[in-house]
Amino acid sequence: MRFVDEFRDADKAHALAAKIAALCEPGRQYKFMEVCGGHTHTIYKHGLEDYLPESVTLVHGPGCPVCVIPMGRVDDAIHLASQPDVIMTSFGDMMRVPGSEGSFFDAKARGTDIRMVYSPLDSLKIAKNNPDKRVVFMAIGFETTAPSTAMTMLRAKAAGLRNFSVFANHVTIIPAIKAILDSPDLRLDGFIGPGHVSTVIGCRPYEFIARDYGKPVVVAGFEPLDILQSIYMLMLQLSAGRSEVENQYSRVVPWDGNMVALKAIGETMELRPYFEWRGLGFISHSALKVRDSFADFDAELLFEVPGVRVADPKACQCGEVLKGVLKPWECKVFGTACTPETPIGTCMVSPEGACAAYYNFGRMNRTRVSEAQGVEAGVSRS
Amino acid sequence: MTDQGTPAGAPAQEAGGAGGWIAEALREHEEHEKQEEALATAATPTDRPAGDHSHDRGRVERRTLPMADREQQVLDRIDRARRRRPKVREERITMAHGAGGKATHTLIEAVFLDAFRNPLLEPLEDAARLHVNGSRVALTTDSYVVSPLFFPGGDIGDLAVNGTVNDLTMAGAVPLYLSAGFILEEGFPVGDLQRITESMRAAADTAGVQVVTGDTKVDERGKADGCYINTAGVGFIEREVCLGVANAKPGDAIIVSGEIGDHGVTIMLARGELDIEADLQSDTAAMNGMVAGLLDAVPGVRALRDATRGGVATILNEIAKSADVGVMVSEDDIPVRAEVRGAAELLGIDPMYVACEGRLVAVVDGGQADQAVQALRAHPLGEKAAVIGHVTEGPAGIVQLKTAFGGTRIVDLLVGDPLPRIC
Repeated sequence: MRFVDEFRDADKAHALAAKIAALCEPGRQYKFMEVCGGHTHTIYKHGLEDYLPESVTLVHGPGCPVCVIPMGRVDDAIHLASQPDVIMTSFGDMMRVPGSEGSFFDAKARGTDIRMVYSPLDSLKIAKNNPDKRVVFMAIGFETTAPSTAMTMLRAKAAGLRNFSVFANHVTIIPAIKAILDSPDLRLDGFIGPGHVSTVIGCRPYEFIARDYGKPVVVAGFEPLDILQSIYMLMLQLSAGRSEVENQYSRVVPWDGNMVALKAIGETMELRPYFEWRGLGFISHSALKVRDSFADFDAELLFEVPGVRVADPKACQCGEVLKGVLKPWECKVFGTACTPETPIGTCMVSPEGACAAYYNFGRMNRTRVSEAQGVEAGVSRS
Repeated sequence: MTDQGTPAGAPAQEAGGAGGWIAEALREHEEHEKQEEALATAATPTDRPAGDHSHDRGRVERRTLPMADREQQVLDRIDRARRRRPKVREERITMAHGAGGKATHTLIEAVFLDAFRNPLLEPLEDAARLHVNGSRVALTTDSYVVSPLFFPGGDIGDLAVNGTVNDLTMAGAVPLYLSAGFILEEGFPVGDLQRITESMRAAADTAGVQVVTGDTKVDERGKADGCYINTAGVGFIEREVCLGVANAKPGDAIIVSGEIGDHGVTIMLARGELDIEADLQSDTAAMNGMVAGLLDAVPGVRALRDATRGGVATILNEIAKSADVGVMVSEDDIPVRAEVRGAAELLGIDPMYVACEGRLVAVVDGGQADQAVQALRAHPLGEKAAVIGHVTEGPAGIVQLKTAFGGTRIVDLLVGDPLPRIC
């Protein structure tokens, strides 16, 4: 398949793995965080860790859109969906996220009208086709999905639609990264920057990480070779004592981002004073709400939203996993009480969640390339 | 109210505190934990890693183990958890219970097997094998609720015939007679029904079976979706073979009879919700002719399964679980059409989990793998047959995939419906 297979070439991967192994200083441990859940998914789906020397560890970050949705927010959404004449719509990933009384799937089985859509524009279509219903789109995701929500609201306004609204849960990546950098219990050597988010916000917003925290950042694409190359670029920076923001994904990510998308977001949404992130707690100015000028499309104003906070079950350690302090398997309930079919924590829900990715793809005894053996070992294993 | 809660000191109720499945799951978890610790303390420390000087095997000691050992302990614990009797936690049936993955398996084992348990049902093969007056007979049934009813390459009619013929075939039987039950929605066009029955007749002719009994029910408009069909079938087992995934042995080859995922992707695209077009057709076909050729040529066939709902990945997991063996397959060797790969890539789904309706997975004695592939390729349905991997000693119950990229990963049972990823 063109444009995909080129980025999954095993020979090139071996060559990159050799270069990475050659840059490892003996006795030094390297810890990189891939911020984005899409990267986590790629790493596990393709077995990418098999190519890394033992001294290089990947820490899975908070960039999984559904993983950061707190339970109370799911309860709010199900409450909205249960109102008379409401059709609730959201992305497929959202369907299994547990609230305190079950997930969207469970609510659907109880009779509420919840539908899976591929794009918020599909929700708009549902609204047009069902004028006697009130269609709510549960908007989730980082800056990646926010532009499509924004465009949908702009279109809804232009079309004068009165039965469509947005339950906004969009979050922004920079405050989350900052919260992780300020967290005392984590030592990272660098970041694999989120590719899709950066297509919208560009690379500049990460400059503070390199400048103020002295950590290199490489914005990376989503194919396995993209990620290996970014790790190599991070290793090059470390070995040269540099800390800069670099763009590995320049075939898609413009340095300054996408102005049209940013404008659409700015026109329709604004920062909330604070928002609760699952596991990370309240982070100020870390999420978007619908702007007052679009109040007619704001589900939080049109409906009564209970807004009850629901604390995570005590046994759930999603927070530590999201911050990269714990590996998924180090969580007390991982794989026993909390599994992909009955997820207690959100990290176990989405295929982008660190726990689900590890449970589904990585749960095996792996032997990895060690620096001493170099790449020969890697070649013989695959 | 535009913002939820307040950041400082907002009262938060704990989820599942009063009950609910989370509390239940956690309670069970703690009980098992206690049991396991009691067992571990009682066990004699013979299998200690070298250099481990501690004397008890309690929780504290675990932390002192090196990382890899601790990880292995967790994995072992998960393995034990996976072998426990499945339990349906949901109060109501969700779509996941029909998707062919973990939830379906749990429902079958915890509800149906629990109620009907008997030695004939227990193997959970595609068809039951019965002894009737000294003859060996296979019996199976299947219901069809496909939407849309007509799709490129077939319709619900030939699907209903081929599916049941294939289920009998996988038991090593020669399919003979079918029943057909129709549940029709008020208002359903008679012309469509005739189209469906005509394609059932054609499919039955091709497969060499007859529809010999039937039933019709009509439900009110809105209570059914056009037309549902149930077919049951009986076949005669002539051969001295006893096929079953539990027979798989380390060293056996795993073969698929052709490109996978065509049917599932065709249906997804035919629903028209995705605005993707591809030149694809369902692979619906009766495989009894192809299988007869295979069984004639290869005595070492141990198991056959048609890779319907849940796809090839589900079958591989059933092999690993039933025979208590490992399975290792290679992504590079699995035949997938470029159109299917492309659509699956766009939708964020894995072709390994996508349904086929005319493809089988065979477990064959490793020494006869080439013979088996040749026998399959001799039939038009099996032109793309290929060895995709092997049965291994272990890890038991686990299916692993060598990725085309050169890594390794687990291929587990599907959880829920194959949900598209958002970014």
